[in-house]
Amino acid sequence: MGNMKLSNLLSLFKVDKNLINKTMSIALEKGGDYCDLYFQNKTANYISLEDKSVNKAHTNIDFGVGIRVIKGDQTGYSFTEEISPKLMKSAAQTAANIANGTKKIPPFELKIHKVPDYYPIKTQWEHVNIEQKIPILKIINEKIFSLDKRVIKSNIMFMDESNYILIASSDGRISFDFQPMTTIAASCTAEQNGKKEQNSFSISGREDINFFTSSILERLAKETVSRTVKLFDAIKSKPGEMEIVMASGSSGILLHEAIGHGMEADFNRKKISIFSDKINKQVAEKIVSIVDDGIVLHMRGSINIDDENIDTEKTFLVKNGILKSYLHDRISSKHFKVKPTGNGRRQSFRYAPIPRMRNTYMLPGPHKKDEIIKSVKQGLYTESFSNGQVLIGAGDFTFYVKSGFLIENGKLTYPVKDINIIGNGPDVLSKVVMVADDLKMAEGAWTCGKDGQNVPVSMGLPTIKVSSITVGGLR
Amino acid sequence: MNKKERVDLAKWSILYAKKIGSNEVSITISKTNKIEIEVRNKKIDKLVESTQNSLNLSLYVDNRFSSHYTNNLKKEHLKNFIEKAYLMTKHLNTDPYRSLPDPELYKNQKKIDIKINDGSYKSIEYKKKVKIARDIEKSAMNQNKKIISVTSSFYNSHEELVKVQSNGFSGEKESTIFSCSAEVTVKDADRGKPEDWSSANARFFKDLPDPELIGKSAADRALRKIGQCKIKTGIYDMVVENRVANKMIYALYLPIKAKSIQQKNSFLENKINKKIASEKLTIIDDPFVIKGLGSRLFDSEGISSKKRTIVDRGILKSIYVDDYYGKKLKMKPTTDSFSNIVLEKGTKSIEDMIKSIKKGMIITEFLGGNSNSLTGDFSFGIVGLYIEHGQVIKPVNEMNITGNLETLWKHLYDVGNDPYIYSSYMTPSLHFKEINFSGVN
Repeated sequence: MGNMKLSNLLSLFKVDKNLINKTMSIALEKGGDYCDLYFQNKTANYISLEDKSVNKAHTNIDFGVGIRVIKGDQTGYSFTEEISPKLMKSAAQTAANIANGTKKIPPFELKIHKVPDYYPIKTQWEHVNIEQKIPILKIINEKIFSLDKRVIKSNIMFMDESNYILIASSDGRISFDFQPMTTIAASCTAEQNGKKEQNSFSISGREDINFFTSSILERLAKETVSRTVKLFDAIKSKPGEMEIVMASGSSGILLHEAIGHGMEADFNRKKISIFSDKINKQVAEKIVSIVDDGIVLHMRGSINIDDENIDTEKTFLVKNGILKSYLHDRISSKHFKVKPTGNGRRQSFRYAPIPRMRNTYMLPGPHKKDEIIKSVKQGLYTESFSNGQVLIGAGDFTFYVKSGFLIENGKLTYPVKDINIIGNGPDVLSKVVMVADDLKMAEGAWTCGKDGQNVPVSMGLPTIKVSSITVGGLR
Repeated sequence: MNKKERVDLAKWSILYAKKIGSNEVSITISKTNKIEIEVRNKKIDKLVESTQNSLNLSLYVDNRFSSHYTNNLKKEHLKNFIEKAYLMTKHLNTDPYRSLPDPELYKNQKKIDIKINDGSYKSIEYKKKVKIARDIEKSAMNQNKKIISVTSSFYNSHEELVKVQSNGFSGEKESTIFSCSAEVTVKDADRGKPEDWSSANARFFKDLPDPELIGKSAADRALRKIGQCKIKTGIYDMVVENRVANKMIYALYLPIKAKSIQQKNSFLENKINKKIASEKLTIIDDPFVIKGLGSRLFDSEGISSKKRTIVDRGILKSIYVDDYYGKKLKMKPTTDSFSNIVLEKGTKSIEDMIKSIKKGMIITEFLGGNSNSLTGDFSFGIVGLYIEHGQVIKPVNEMNITGNLETLWKHLYDVGNDPYIYSSYMTPSLHFKEINFSGVN
């Protein structure tokens, strides 16, 4: 965040503490227990390359303040895109309506709450112009075509984002954050003997332009091409239940779907999650520990402060096989009378925060990758993924495998592609029977959707074995 | 800001962008009012009210193109916004295909009232909206003691939009949407807490169904999931229920677009006038459905809407060609996106379809999965009901269906008589043969 001060943010949004205080009193004048104001100014830039030409750009500017009032478990919410005393007052009155009393809140003092910096960068994206970005796309494009003669098309997208937020909450805190983000996503189509295949690869993080070193650009191109041409030899697996080995890295999607969502405390407060009655119970083998961590340096899901003014942390969902903690927002931590975990997040000032994941991963275990693969007679090795989903109550979850390998007699044999895997959260957790020592975090642009809100997340996994899960396939 | 002020602001923005050097400009300005009420445990759990403004700008500078969005409609901000956009555009590569559509495509806009705006939306009292959500909750809770949670909701929005393009297009659109829904979770003694939902979307308030029906339907659907399990891996008949059949059509959305074809990312390349599905499949893109959720008189590029046959008795007749990729492919633009998807309906009800099945599955919900637009390969997670000899035997979950879209559509055996009316995908129930299901070994 460099030398940013509270006064910079107050002037960016053309407000002062007085106006904020006044708006909060209006928000609470009908008897609300708590309120917060979330100011946001976000600029995102996109440029894209297609048919060897950088011929499209897009910018997205969002500006406004969201006002939330909580009464018990109830939420009143409104926002205004024009930050003026009149419109803030009107939004505060709308949000206040969730309560219907007359309780008067005495004036309170807002004290600056300093936050740490988990994504220090040298150059803010506002200071990087388009001429610096265009050559990066061209370099990647040239590499993609030079790597394999079968490549016939390539698409590359560069995104950068600068997000300034200022949060004032009626517990007396005022804090601010600057959240950078960048992504390069590449895809290519290759053709061999009249057959075409396409695949993609992306790298994303809370980083600046210096992050895109020549070796990163090289890897972006290499991964995009190798993931594509490998598909020419891919076959479908057999359908049904089998052992699977999940590669380290983006296989962390398993945790996101199988347990992460089910542990979000809003579902548990409402008792509609399959995990609702399992805290302090054994849910997995002792070798399994799973965390949701908001403080990993530069990761997509990291946040210096959550979107309702709570410090972030590393939260254990599962410790040595025992289910430990839900992912809380303010409403749920109050409901369960526990310490908040800093998981209250929102897509933008237009939305009220809800419990969301940050970076979810499994800690390393005692096994070696090779011994895990060797232990499987017939099964599947999954490597790259596109998407997943879960039913919170039933616990059924899926993730879509873009590529992997068959395992036959302890060896990776044929590549496989485009298969869905479906399991049940608690059941699959109890079937994680081997965990390797090679934890790797996903580096792609993972985005999680819930209740119509998208937030950036990440995930990670060491190589693991699940003893049985249902794999989509063909007879 | 009223309609006239929006049009004036759009014209001002175009003039300003041209003044600083842009050749062509497109501006869309919209304002949306929304209210969302969620009820749980007889209380309002969440109340959200808002007004949202947006301005979308597309700039063409010497065959260079960029698009930009802002929610700040003040002229002093817009000046700076347009200037920055212009400077950014100047650095891009030129592309001979980047220009606004031929004004001929704006002509012959159909002059009919497609009834997408309910003028009475302002007069519907807040109390009435809350009552609908409460009635839905009450109806669902009353169904059975096994119900552990109900969340019900009411939502409505009103949007006013103007679109002006520097080569002669000017259009307006005013529309409303009303929705209500219920989500119900039930206790299954052995396995988790199955959940299901019911919802309805309509352009007019009076077209929303009875709240009691929404609540009851969500509860019935969740209750019938109790005892769900996976069945044996195998090849079965599959009936996809009308409200989720959009998933099958949506899998065609990418492959059927000109962009995917030009970018060599579609299994439908070179398939126009060729058979891509069984004769049972006829898909019409109909932008003129009265009160339709996808109805429109012009599309996002200003091109006048036309009713088009996409698939005629299994033969692919037309694809979705936007202006840019049309120019690249030397094809006449049609439209950039789905409006209302209408399938030629059959004669059977879903019950009749079930009766005709020896061994099969009704899909009531899809869970995740994906499809590959280039190869047509797909694999989806499913939830449903197992059928034997025309009878529903048990609820099923945790299974996948896998195959290829080309084969899938050729295995379409029958189309129901029950188009789903609460979505722009007005799909009837669909009966497919020989589908690969994976479950228990």
